[in-house]
Amino acid sequence: MARMMYREAILSTIVEEMERDSNVVVLGEDLVGGMGTAGGPEAIGGIWSTSVGLYGQFGADRVIDTPISESAIMGAAAGLALTGKRPVAELMFADFIGVSLDQIWNQLAKFRYMFGGKTKCPAVIRMAYGAGYNAAAQHSQAVHQILTGMPGLKVVMPTTPGDVKGLLRTAIRDDDPVIFLEHKALYGVKGEVSDDKDFMIPFGHARLSRAGQDVTIVSTGLLLGFCEAVADKLAAEGIGCDVIDLRTTSPMDEEAILDSVEVTGRLVVVDEATPRCSLASDICAMVSEKAFASLKAPPLGVNPPHTPVPFARELETAYLPSIPKIEAAVRKVLSYR
Amino acid sequence: MQLSREALLRAYRQMKLIREFEERLHIDIQTGEIAGFTHLYCGQEAVAVGVCEHLSIEDKIVSTHRGHGHCLAKGCDVDGMMAEIWGSREGLCKGKGGSMHIADVDKGMLGANGIVGAGAPIAVGAGISCKIDGKGHVAIAFSGDGACNQGTTFEAMNMAVVTKAACIFVFENNHYSEHTGFEYAVGTSKDIASRAEAFGMKVWRGDGTDFFSVYETMREVLDYVRVPGNGPAAVEFDTERFFGHFEGDPQRYRGPGELDRIREMRDCLKKFRASVTEANLLTDADIDAVDADIMATIENAVTKAKAADRPRPEDVLEDVYISY
Repeated sequence: MARMMYREAILSTIVEEMERDSNVVVLGEDLVGGMGTAGGPEAIGGIWSTSVGLYGQFGADRVIDTPISESAIMGAAAGLALTGKRPVAELMFADFIGVSLDQIWNQLAKFRYMFGGKTKCPAVIRMAYGAGYNAAAQHSQAVHQILTGMPGLKVVMPTTPGDVKGLLRTAIRDDDPVIFLEHKALYGVKGEVSDDKDFMIPFGHARLSRAGQDVTIVSTGLLLGFCEAVADKLAAEGIGCDVIDLRTTSPMDEEAILDSVEVTGRLVVVDEATPRCSLASDICAMVSEKAFASLKAPPLGVNPPHTPVPFARELETAYLPSIPKIEAAVRKVLSYR
Repeated sequence: MQLSREALLRAYRQMKLIREFEERLHIDIQTGEIAGFTHLYCGQEAVAVGVCEHLSIEDKIVSTHRGHGHCLAKGCDVDGMMAEIWGSREGLCKGKGGSMHIADVDKGMLGANGIVGAGAPIAVGAGISCKIDGKGHVAIAFSGDGACNQGTTFEAMNMAVVTKAACIFVFENNHYSEHTGFEYAVGTSKDIASRAEAFGMKVWRGDGTDFFSVYETMREVLDYVRVPGNGPAAVEFDTERFFGHFEGDPQRYRGPGELDRIREMRDCLKKFRASVTEANLLTDADIDAVDADIMATIENAVTKAKAADRPRPEDVLEDVYISY
């Protein structure tokens, strides 16, 4: 095991997979950075520092620095994937799917189905998502609620550096298109990471980060840490929480959620998406349909409000689910007898 | 360069195959037996065939909603295509794609496309693949005068130049983007190739109703793009669409006598026949024999498509993912 940051786990996994398989190529804006400038290539290495050194190691054919053309990047990834390559494309901010959604949704996601199962489309689309940086309404959004609902895509939302390693490797080796959502606020978080260059975490297998008998809390990404803090606080009061890190929202580990709710009878889903048609509403509905008899309280979602992400610090803080808001939700489901 | 008798017969056969495939669909669609939207390529055959006769199975093409011609020219199976359009389980895409999504990736045909302008970025990716592989293969994006106005096409052209993708943008100007004339919709100088030129590409222009013009033009374009390091190029072919935007389109935008005139004066099959018989390269009897053979091929394809297995309800769940 090695200790490294979330962003380092991303970069090292890409390096290892590019070394292992010459068909793996990366593309995106400023992935190299500095092209056509006095500073020269690698003046940037990706704005998230997740591609530093790739250009020097693998060259221009496999490290494709693109213009600001999100549709063309996503389309090129689709074309590369259809012709034997395994592209790992970076969409600098998840919010930019608005520009490029056709290539993700109508093309990449649907090729295999439309073509009668006679092709594979092994593309990974990495994108940085999430609030917490006062980056305002067009650079802070969670987009998993849009992408999870699209048949043909797999959607990954890693929380820890160790999971980044195992899930990104699975994504790159997967023959279906995979959306890999990286939370901006987690890039600098450190954790234990496997040294095994074949370490993979299968999709659709949630991680139990805290175990308890009284309440099930489901989340992923930045907010999972908030849930753990709530669970730890309540543990001191003798209240036990199962905290389930989903890891992937498509496929989703329904079994892990249902198994837990059958024991606890109480569910809180903490989700960075806005509330309507969100991951929280989806999971609450699923549990209501499939584990109704086990429920002791109505399932509850904790989401931001139905608003764009605001800019000012006070407003963004008010917008995001927080430890007090999650604690209040957990206490609310506990209040039902 | 003079084409061999065999190559001439093959080119004519391919164009005639597309023509009769489409003419037959035009008839069969009116019976209501074929579901969904269909956009016919009739009239533009010289472009698809003049381009694809130069290509190997390793070269890639990305097509459009008006894609039957490109698919047939690239070697997609006639019976499989007809069965697909009839929505059969035995269709090329098991009845899941239909007319707008026919693909055969093993043949280098990366898909027709229901979204106007969506193909060019995909072709850039395929063209980058060709560049990386370094074997002189190319990827071709077929686009119309409609798609040339989409931002995706602009992005793709610039990206191809920047990445030196082995990519060719073939613009088929059939004068109508859906129901709107290109003289209205293509703002800049009413010319598409000049746009590609502005993105820094070498461009060519040719007569898309004349197989020999397309074929000879494409020889030059391909000689250029197949050279490693040259990057992309573009070509515009002026051509004609004999049917409407979609089947059932009343075509109220056509001028008086326009369809008769283009069928008479701008028919690539008629031009081909006149050209090769006048030059004594083929006889009318040679061409008539191909015609008869194609009519039988199409009849056979329709018979098979009508008799083919229908999809089962449970098939709806298959082929979304390889594993999930």
